Amino acid sequence: MGLVTLWFWLIALTFTLYFFLEGFDFGVDILRPLLARTEAEERALTGTIGPFWDGNEVWVIAAAGVMFSTFPVWYGALFSGMYPVFVVILLALLLRGVSFEYRNQVDQQRWRDFWDWMSFLGSVIPSFLWGVVMAKLIEGLPINGDRRVLGGIGELFTPFSVLGGLGTLLLFMLHGANFLLLRLHEDTALHARARRAALIWGALATVAILAFVVAGYVVEGLFENFGVLPWVFPVAAGATLASIWLALVLRRHTIAFVMSGLTIVFSTVTIFIALFTRKVVLPSTLDPGFSLTLAGSASQQYTLELMTWVGGIFLPLIIGYQVWNYYVFRERIRPDEGGLDHGY
Amino acid sequence: MNVIDLSRFQFASTSIFHFFFVSLTVGLAFLIAVMETIAFVKKDRGGRYDKMTNFFGHLFLINFAVGVVTGIVQEFQFGMNWSEYSRFVGNIFGVPLALEVLMAFFLESTFIGLWWFGKDRLPAWVRLASIWLVAIGTQISAFWIILANAWMHHPVGYRIENGQALLTSFSAVVFNYKAWLFTFHVNGSAWTIAGFFVLAISAYHLLRRQNVDVFSRSLRIGLVFAAIGTVLSASSGHLAAQADVYDQPMKFAAMEAQWEDSESPAPWSAIALVNEQERRNDASLEIPYLGSVLAYNNIEGSYRGLNSLNEEFQQTYGPGNYIPPVLPVYWSFRLMVGIGMLLLLTAFLGLFLWWRRRDGLDETRWYLRALVWIVPLPWLANFFGWIVTEMGRQPFMVYGLLTVEQGVSANSVGEVLAGLIGLWVVYLGLIGLDIYLLSVTARAGIHHTPSAQIAAAPAPDYAADEGFRDPVHDPGQRT
Repeated sequence: MGLVTLWFWLIALTFTLYFFLEGFDFGVDILRPLLARTEAEERALTGTIGPFWDGNEVWVIAAAGVMFSTFPVWYGALFSGMYPVFVVILLALLLRGVSFEYRNQVDQQRWRDFWDWMSFLGSVIPSFLWGVVMAKLIEGLPINGDRRVLGGIGELFTPFSVLGGLGTLLLFMLHGANFLLLRLHEDTALHARARRAALIWGALATVAILAFVVAGYVVEGLFENFGVLPWVFPVAAGATLASIWLALVLRRHTIAFVMSGLTIVFSTVTIFIALFTRKVVLPSTLDPGFSLTLAGSASQQYTLELMTWVGGIFLPLIIGYQVWNYYVFRERIRPDEGGLDHGY
Repeated sequence: MNVIDLSRFQFASTSIFHFFFVSLTVGLAFLIAVMETIAFVKKDRGGRYDKMTNFFGHLFLINFAVGVVTGIVQEFQFGMNWSEYSRFVGNIFGVPLALEVLMAFFLESTFIGLWWFGKDRLPAWVRLASIWLVAIGTQISAFWIILANAWMHHPVGYRIENGQALLTSFSAVVFNYKAWLFTFHVNGSAWTIAGFFVLAISAYHLLRRQNVDVFSRSLRIGLVFAAIGTVLSASSGHLAAQADVYDQPMKFAAMEAQWEDSESPAPWSAIALVNEQERRNDASLEIPYLGSVLAYNNIEGSYRGLNSLNEEFQQTYGPGNYIPPVLPVYWSFRLMVGIGMLLLLTAFLGLFLWWRRRDGLDETRWYLRALVWIVPLPWLANFFGWIVTEMGRQPFMVYGLLTVEQGVSANSVGEVLAGLIGLWVVYLGLIGLDIYLLSVTARAGIHHTPSAQIAAAPAPDYAADEGFRDPVHDPGQRT
């Protein structure tokens, strides 16, 4: 396996980890107004992700940084080609990121309400838009012969990409609810509400993901080159998604969380397989000949070798201390303890 | 308005905004690590160094989050607005950027949480190690970013092939002397910013005789930092300017508004009426010899002027205007240096007063008052510094290799303008909030009561042992 292939899959890994990790902290922020009835409950919910969200978010910066260094052409085309989408994602992440810190700095209900909205919208919007980005990644952008992306905002929102957006949004909500089942004390009303939310949003997420796969297969013909073995991934995504419902009913919450995590993993991998089997990183909707190919978008061998050393040393290290971080803050949170000592 | 100007303006403003936050983060992380180390060595749990760490740590946290989120914008922006640039330099420029994330960004973002939230569950030495990892992370982070930036000013270790820069030697990129000059300069100015930040807050409370035991110590720690920071940034800045004489002569000439090749010994222009249209100065107040001293540490030596360099550049790179905007570069340079000198003198005056008056420093009211008032100046110097170094590079994006025009994405004016407006609205809001919250929290001090407007959010326990009770932190209560 060449280094180009290796780094293609390492980029897939950073995106996968990003969606897995930030997926549940987005989900918690989206569900907060739906689940919390008191200030203490709101704080308990924020407390479940307080020590984690920041480290989770860095995975998207890693994805962009790694893409820039190993696939500069892909990086430039994707980020400039979906310019309006990324601007909105950035604005949302800006406001959501500071909401954690600023919400409780001023003792006024209006102030808190404002930041709660920022935190909600700042999680809903990117959750939706990342799905749009992933869908467009396989559907393609209007790339011309000069490797420049043309076209405006209208090109970015197709029925297929909107379905992708709904898929990630609902999946992240389900994943967030499952995460809460592990982080909240089991004998609280909040825990019961989170479980109900998981059942409801899980059902909706299943429908959305199923519709996305069907649309991709039937309408877009995206999975034609999959061959026998890669089919395992979309099928596994469907299977794990379905098993969550069973796990929830049997109150096996750890299994439910693992399964929603695996659904995210399998779905993201499916997207990257759809690219890999066609040997492209970004298809052109104008002419297949203009598509950005895997080999043609990568950096030179020397840069890839360098990055392999760097990645080989630091990626395991990062994963190691992040796991330790989760271990340190493993205790379940209870709203009547305020969740405050454990969160912001 | 065209896409190039809008994209340039966007990159300049988002970077300057980003630096407003992160330069404080980079410097303050180190200061807090030092404070916590003293508290740890003195086994000072609940004592004055512990309180100091928590108090400044709280301020650090308010500022930290904004630095993180504005950093995401920086990472996306190259691809979004400068895709042609990204394609041209990706083989080289992407590496330090990726290294920054993998070596530093994860470290800071993970250990900041462990440090702050781990209070009740981690041993003291683990917390101490955590804050040091945050501090080291911020320095590493600054190093790689500045290294990437320095490569744009002085590209090394590359060859051009098929319209792409290929990396030929990574060690040449890492040991680029320009990168090291910039690193010392930027880190020095970050220490200056954080030093004067701590000085101003300490002086504010000393003037009111609040918590003198804590703030007289933090004042002294701040003084040492400010002195080291100002010396570091002034000396590395001087060397960086001298390097410009050789590797970016156009920038040096613009800093001095020197249109024709200078005489030897060269004078230094203190104030000039720059006439960019006619490419000359209408008037200039000059100090003899100083120009040569600045350029060569020697009372002799001439340096090149803008007009003759422009002719030379036209022969090398083809027709066009290669003179950067002289007026802003000339004045920004003077303001940066002037403020830097003022800060350096202020820091050393403080050290002198400490030496002569010992504890009397805490009662030297005129000096303390001055410290409170000059707090915006280090940020201004930082701002002017970026104007000098980045505008002085125009019209090149990568010096001598790629112009700004060649680097821009094929975006439409509408989408860039809309994005720019959105970013400005949010950034202005964030900067306003950051200043507001920092000043309210800083003024409230260690013994602040909840009747003051703020509610000291990330549940700091520094006042808990003094009967402090915060209604907002009382579970189940909505105010």
